[in-house]
Amino acid sequence: MAETRTTCPYCGVGCGVLASADGTLRGDPEHPANRGRLCSKGTALGETLDQPGRLLHPEVDGKRASWDAALDAVAEGFRRALAEGGPQGTALYVSGQLLTEDYYAANKLAKGFLGTGNIDSNSRLCMASAVAGHRRAFGEDLVPGIYEDLELADLVVLVGSNLAWCHPILFQRLQAARAARPAMRLVVIDPRRTASCEGADLHLPIPPGCDVALFNTLLRHLHAQGFRSTAPGLAEAVAQADGDTGLDPAALATFLDWFATTPRTVTLFSQGANQSSAGTDKANAIINCHLLAGHIGQPGAGPFSITGQPNAMGGREVGALANTLAGHLDWAVPAEAAALRDYWQAPNLAAGPGLKAVDLFRAAGEGRIGALWVMATNPAISLPDAGRVREALRRTPCLVASDCTRESDTVDLARIRLPALGWGEKSGTVTNSERVISRQRAFRPAPGEARPDWWAIAQVAARLGWGEAFAWSGPAAIFREHAALTGLARPAARAFDISGLADLSDADYAAMPPTRWPVARRGEQGGRLAPPARFVATPFRPPANATSAEYPLALLTGRLRDQWHSMTRTGPVPRLMAHSPEPTAAIHPADAAGLPDGSLARLDSPWGSATLRLRHDPGIARGGVFVPMHWTARFAPAARINISVNPAVDPVSGQPELKHTPVRLGPAPMAWHGFLLARRSLGAELADWTALIPEGPGLWRHELAGGEAPAEAFARLRALVEEPDAAWVLLEDPAAGLHRAALVRDGRLLACLFLAPDPAGLPPRGWLAGLFAEAAIGSAARRALLAGTPADGPAPSPTLCVCHGVTAAVICSSIARGANTPALVGEATKAGTGCGSCRPEIAALLAATPVPEPA
Amino acid sequence: MRVLVIGAGPAGARCAVRLAERMPGAEVTLAGAEAALPYDRVALSKLLAGDATIEDLITHPLPMLQSLGIRYRPATPIAALDRAAGEAVTARGERLPYDRLVLATGSTAIRLPFPGADLPGVVLYRDMDDVRAMLRAARSGGRAVVIGGGLLGLEAAVGLAHRGMTVTVVHAVGWPMERQLDPAAGALLTRRLGTRGIRFAMPASTTAIEGEDRARAVLLADGTRIPAELVVMAVGIRPNIALARESGLPTGRAITVDDAMRTADPAVFAIGECAEHAGRCIGLVAPALEQAEVAARAIAGEAAAWAPRADAAALKVSGTAVWSAGEIAPEDAESITLRDEAEERYRRLLLRDGRLIGAVLYGDTADAGFYLDLITTRRSVVGFRSALALGPAFVREAA
Repeated sequence: MAETRTTCPYCGVGCGVLASADGTLRGDPEHPANRGRLCSKGTALGETLDQPGRLLHPEVDGKRASWDAALDAVAEGFRRALAEGGPQGTALYVSGQLLTEDYYAANKLAKGFLGTGNIDSNSRLCMASAVAGHRRAFGEDLVPGIYEDLELADLVVLVGSNLAWCHPILFQRLQAARAARPAMRLVVIDPRRTASCEGADLHLPIPPGCDVALFNTLLRHLHAQGFRSTAPGLAEAVAQADGDTGLDPAALATFLDWFATTPRTVTLFSQGANQSSAGTDKANAIINCHLLAGHIGQPGAGPFSITGQPNAMGGREVGALANTLAGHLDWAVPAEAAALRDYWQAPNLAAGPGLKAVDLFRAAGEGRIGALWVMATNPAISLPDAGRVREALRRTPCLVASDCTRESDTVDLARIRLPALGWGEKSGTVTNSERVISRQRAFRPAPGEARPDWWAIAQVAARLGWGEAFAWSGPAAIFREHAALTGLARPAARAFDISGLADLSDADYAAMPPTRWPVARRGEQGGRLAPPARFVATPFRPPANATSAEYPLALLTGRLRDQWHSMTRTGPVPRLMAHSPEPTAAIHPADAAGLPDGSLARLDSPWGSATLRLRHDPGIARGGVFVPMHWTARFAPAARINISVNPAVDPVSGQPELKHTPVRLGPAPMAWHGFLLARRSLGAELADWTALIPEGPGLWRHELAGGEAPAEAFARLRALVEEPDAAWVLLEDPAAGLHRAALVRDGRLLACLFLAPDPAGLPPRGWLAGLFAEAAIGSAARRALLAGTPADGPAPSPTLCVCHGVTAAVICSSIARGANTPALVGEATKAGTGCGSCRPEIAALLAATPVPEPA
Repeated sequence: MRVLVIGAGPAGARCAVRLAERMPGAEVTLAGAEAALPYDRVALSKLLAGDATIEDLITHPLPMLQSLGIRYRPATPIAALDRAAGEAVTARGERLPYDRLVLATGSTAIRLPFPGADLPGVVLYRDMDDVRAMLRAARSGGRAVVIGGGLLGLEAAVGLAHRGMTVTVVHAVGWPMERQLDPAAGALLTRRLGTRGIRFAMPASTTAIEGEDRARAVLLADGTRIPAELVVMAVGIRPNIALARESGLPTGRAITVDDAMRTADPAVFAIGECAEHAGRCIGLVAPALEQAEVAARAIAGEAAAWAPRADAAALKVSGTAVWSAGEIAPEDAESITLRDEAEERYRRLLLRDGRLIGAVLYGDTADAGFYLDLITTRRSVVGFRSALALGPAFVREAA
């Protein structure tokens, strides 16, 4: 089958993918980011293509509508909002999932024609602080380094980055380089002992929000060691470089020494640094150190911001953030704004920055936004203080949502729903974290009435009377317009210049290979940058909301290895869900206040609360709690953590402080705990606490807990799955609160329901789930059903290697038989030989499992 | 020493054999009221169902008794005891002297006293003669009513249905075998027997049997009339204690005995259904046989004491194994039930203070020994309560 060269839609690494229409795919060996590799999520992309719950036709007020009617309704909503509240009464909230061309069209509509700066992106949550830091240091948002620097470095410092899980391919490149060059060092700075720490030379468990103090300490150390720089601002930066890290002095000294003495040092930073009320300062504190030590602009050296989303960089390039203009043009330079006004022929060009995400939804909550168009993102779940955001969305008179899924918390709230193209259907470009522009190409037909986002934007613009400015024939035309715009700043020195691509023909565009900017002239290829830079003073500020006696713990949120954002794409894929099927709160055992591992715990903050499965994890620094940010009303309503997250933002970047919210931990008293395995999803509101888990083909697992009487819950839940001609196997011990049931028809298992007074009273789910695949379960299995385990089989074990379906137990037994390296484990079990995303976890098992002495 | 055993049922026969074995010089006489050789009363249902012949039921053939030196006296009902003289008087007036006497007179099936209960065509279900009468009636097919849905009544019903009769069971409680089964297991059994064509009227009480020359129908309290050519009464038993009572031995519901099965008269013992130990009577063959062993040892001069164990009843009704032990209807106990609707498997376990005190198994009784052991030893089951009903294969006790 013919393969289409395209780009992965997940993280900011931007890996090349060769995809076929039937959903088979592999890594693109020619793409510079991945050279053929793919991670666990990328490998499973084929399974995300035919998802149930696609939005296939426009809807207005909950009813199916024609595109014409829906676009008319959008135009009418915006016209009314303009009339009632002026340009500032309209807004767009877009996403790093958009292609550059869609992004460009949205930004042009907002800033050029609606005349508002109120267009912000979910990139605000991701790397707005890095953008702001870059602009303060370099005068422009640019990442100086390239991925190769990670391989050429002698020291790689990860700051607030669980690279192993969040950017697995880059981590694998790094590990491969370290394997080839063992002298190369890896330092991880993170409040958590993450998978990225496996094999690291040093882990500094920094308290949340203290990175500025650490890099200020480093700056002082470098200065004391005699490092000097001619870049402006040094004296002030050193003078204000205060703060104490609370780290072990010896470990700290080691880090300071390694950084000072290793010219080829890359500091890679990500959300752990950015998502902070001092996120911009963190970026600058890091850049300051690289400037002073001279570790920048050289092979293997530099500060390196890595983005979370596939096209956060594209959004930054087109200026689709409330405080940027377009093409790295600067509002502060009147001539540049004027040049853009002329270029777009947009007399109403927004006069200045608009509302950044948190402020934007606050304004909506106050009734100041009459029309809001959300594209490819789920703010009802992803913004801090999400309960209030949900209210704001509810309150917005004309809420438009463009999405490929019908099943998102935000789409649920929208008045007008527009079906967007998904990955594999849309066509355009994305830019990855090393400034490489790659094509995303369609390899599947558009389903239903789904259309490109740029087209919907252009249609609305036309209805509002601006059709000429949006009369593109396709994404290539948009790209050319965008590329030409990046030359407008000349003669001002601006690194982001791709005007050399402004004359690509449609065929050139269709065939465009991965291209790193700047490309000022056709045929150029950008490389490592050494921009003029300045020091920025970054006096230490603690997180905005301090922990207290009432809220003594610091909540951090973040990603899991196999999930993506609000799970609309990855959630329904069983093998991705298998890695971490329930929403958890990880905490150091000493901070667990006596709550056992596996119990349900409640986290309360002054903003809200969430109930999660508690995991004891000695790898979490004392005083911290880590909760994944993925879960939504669709999968676990009580686990939506952003409801509890404080809405504090960085004063410069406006990025929310997702990595520090004061919370307290308490029990979540329940009358019963249980699970229901069924052949269909029964939703996520089955009980007071529900986690919905796609377990396998046609098999759904519902983890449950509730306050009602167990016998009542048992009867209610059984009634939900009852089917004609099916017979129950039942075990009931009402006095002990134990209720178990299995529903069988013609030897086929239809459902299993287990209730117990506490989670420890429930058997593992794996063996039971496996029985659903059997055409006819035997009598022995039938008898064992309610035990949840075969009479004398091994206990089920979690799957670590998603590619080959290898469980932790199998890996451990191979280790016990003498496989004492990841490579030998791979030979014995195939684990870790696919995408490699599980290798850090295999390494952790190797470290934890005693290996027999050779005979 | 002369030992006389009155009653050649399972307990009496076992006691005679053990006495003969233990005391080679003793003169052991076994006197039975029935004409037959000692036979297995429990297996009468097989005879009725046609699964066994009369010969198959004989437990102690004559040569075996003779080789042990036992004098067997069939068709020898005893009319009176002369304890002062140390003699038993037969119905024919013969006097049988003894040094030690064992009463194993068993019990009699109860004939309820409502109108028509004595009509021809109304039979009890206790001995070989009763079964012969039922087989004669079944030969021409027709309709039968079995009054009493206990174990014996159901066996009679299944046997008669098997022989081609249309059978209705009239039972006073809402489910059959209420002494061994709880309502749920009873319902399973009812359904299963229903598939064999047996109908049930329950809860229901019989007020009369209609008919002039012979039984024609059974009349229920609610007015229902069930036509029947054969009426089998299986409503319980009454211990045979007239002999003992009239000889002045203390009796309650049955003959009062001590731990060695000795009555108030040191020379007289009582075993089986006619004995009452610590206020309780037994109704099953296994403890009766144990009592026979105890009495034989005591008579032989050995120290012997019978301790009641948890009652365990292992039964087979119409191919379905049923087992119960311990308390099955306590009001203050916690219960665990396991039900497999399709495979007709049911278990009910009763617990008090973290210990198993009773169990009902239906359909699959393979784990009976495990539960009996738990009931008997009073071991705590707290550590494996969730797996208890699933059987020993799933119980992993902390070492």
